[in-house]
Amino acid sequence: MTTIAEELARLEEIVRRLESDDVELDAALTLFEEGVGRLRAARERLLAAELQVQAVLEEAGGDLRTAHLDG
Amino acid sequence: MAPTDAVWSVSQLTAAAKRVVEGELPRMWVRGEVVGCKAWPSGHWYFSLRDAASQVRCCMWKLDAQRAGKPPVDGTEVFVLGKPGIYEAKGEFQLNVSRIIPTASIGRQHQELERVKTLLQKDGLFELARKRPLPEYASAIAVVTSRAGAAVRDIITVSRKRWPCARLFVLHARVQGDGAVDELVRALRVVNRLEVDLCILARGGGDKEDLAAFNTEAVCRALAAVRVPTISAVGHEIDISLTDLVADVRAATPSAAAELALADRREVLRQLDDLAGRLGAGLSGRTRLAAERLERTSDRMQSSMAVLLERHRRQLERLGAQLDALSPLRVLDRGYAVPVAPDGRVLKRRAEFLPGKPFRLRIADGDVPARVEPE
Repeated sequence: MTTIAEELARLEEIVRRLESDDVELDAALTLFEEGVGRLRAARERLLAAELQVQAVLEEAGGDLRTAHLDG
Repeated sequence: MAPTDAVWSVSQLTAAAKRVVEGELPRMWVRGEVVGCKAWPSGHWYFSLRDAASQVRCCMWKLDAQRAGKPPVDGTEVFVLGKPGIYEAKGEFQLNVSRIIPTASIGRQHQELERVKTLLQKDGLFELARKRPLPEYASAIAVVTSRAGAAVRDIITVSRKRWPCARLFVLHARVQGDGAVDELVRALRVVNRLEVDLCILARGGGDKEDLAAFNTEAVCRALAAVRVPTISAVGHEIDISLTDLVADVRAATPSAAAELALADRREVLRQLDDLAGRLGAGLSGRTRLAAERLERTSDRMQSSMAVLLERHRRQLERLGAQLDALSPLRVLDRGYAVPVAPDGRVLKRRAEFLPGKPFRLRIADGDVPARVEPE
């Protein structure tokens, strides 16, 4: 899954290209569609997110184990 | 004067004295010399603290005594942190001590702090040039702190509110007392084995001596060796530890560290709104541009057609004029006449004009009958 930072960067790129003059109308429509999809997904992702908290434990052998931790 | 009804019982008096003393006098640091220290099998310590003119009874309960280590030797000059109170069973004024620090060790601690500080400074660990910027949108954060402390709860609370997309990895380490240094160093090393964007080293507020672990060379070097950007949130706004100087960023409190570490969801939602607006405007701008272009193109087409037509028209005129110039009628206009035989042949040679033969002279506005005269 992409990170929010990557999503924002891609959206910024889409908007910039749409705002520039050198994009063909067909390409502009495709960009617009992609932008709308990404915007919706990003918004949903932000609103639905729930913080994950995990305790990291180092076992005797040196392996790491994580356990869910309640805030 | 005889006793009246308003006679106080001893308990009433000590209870009242306790209220006054404990209500009026806050927890405080007191400096004095220890005398008659007794460590009881129960774990509590009793001693007195005196200066040239006075003394006060002190007691230190089991848990605090354990934390302090060994009971002070008589004659040691100490700082104690205590809350004045009244022990009602004996009607005694006493200081309930929670911490005890030999005054000499403060000097030693200070010296040790300066030694480590100089060393780390020499190695460039405080250099501004090595400070890394925090990631703009951290999504995985390592938190090194005591799981029992308030720091971890504060960080979780702030993170949940601010950026719930994040994942927090809590690495437990005691933050004070025996073993704290080793546990902090180990936890900081484990951070380098995790896929995280950022590391927060945190501890809630407390007494200055409790910061000791965060002023050790080992912990400072382990923090400097963390591969991701670090935030030190140790102590309180007024306390500064050496880890604060080593970390990329210092936060006054653990909550402040979480705020520095994470983006604000509301801010990003606003940013998405802004992008949505620009996206719409961008498309409609682009469509308008296309329409304008189309219009311009058809304008250009029309005007080039007109130019073409005009050119053709002129060409036609020119050709027409040339055609005209070639037309015999134009020549006749200028006064010439063309002799034409009755069969319509144009008579061009002298031999064709036989004496007495009729012919016609074609002139501009028609033709005239004519006959060749005999020579």
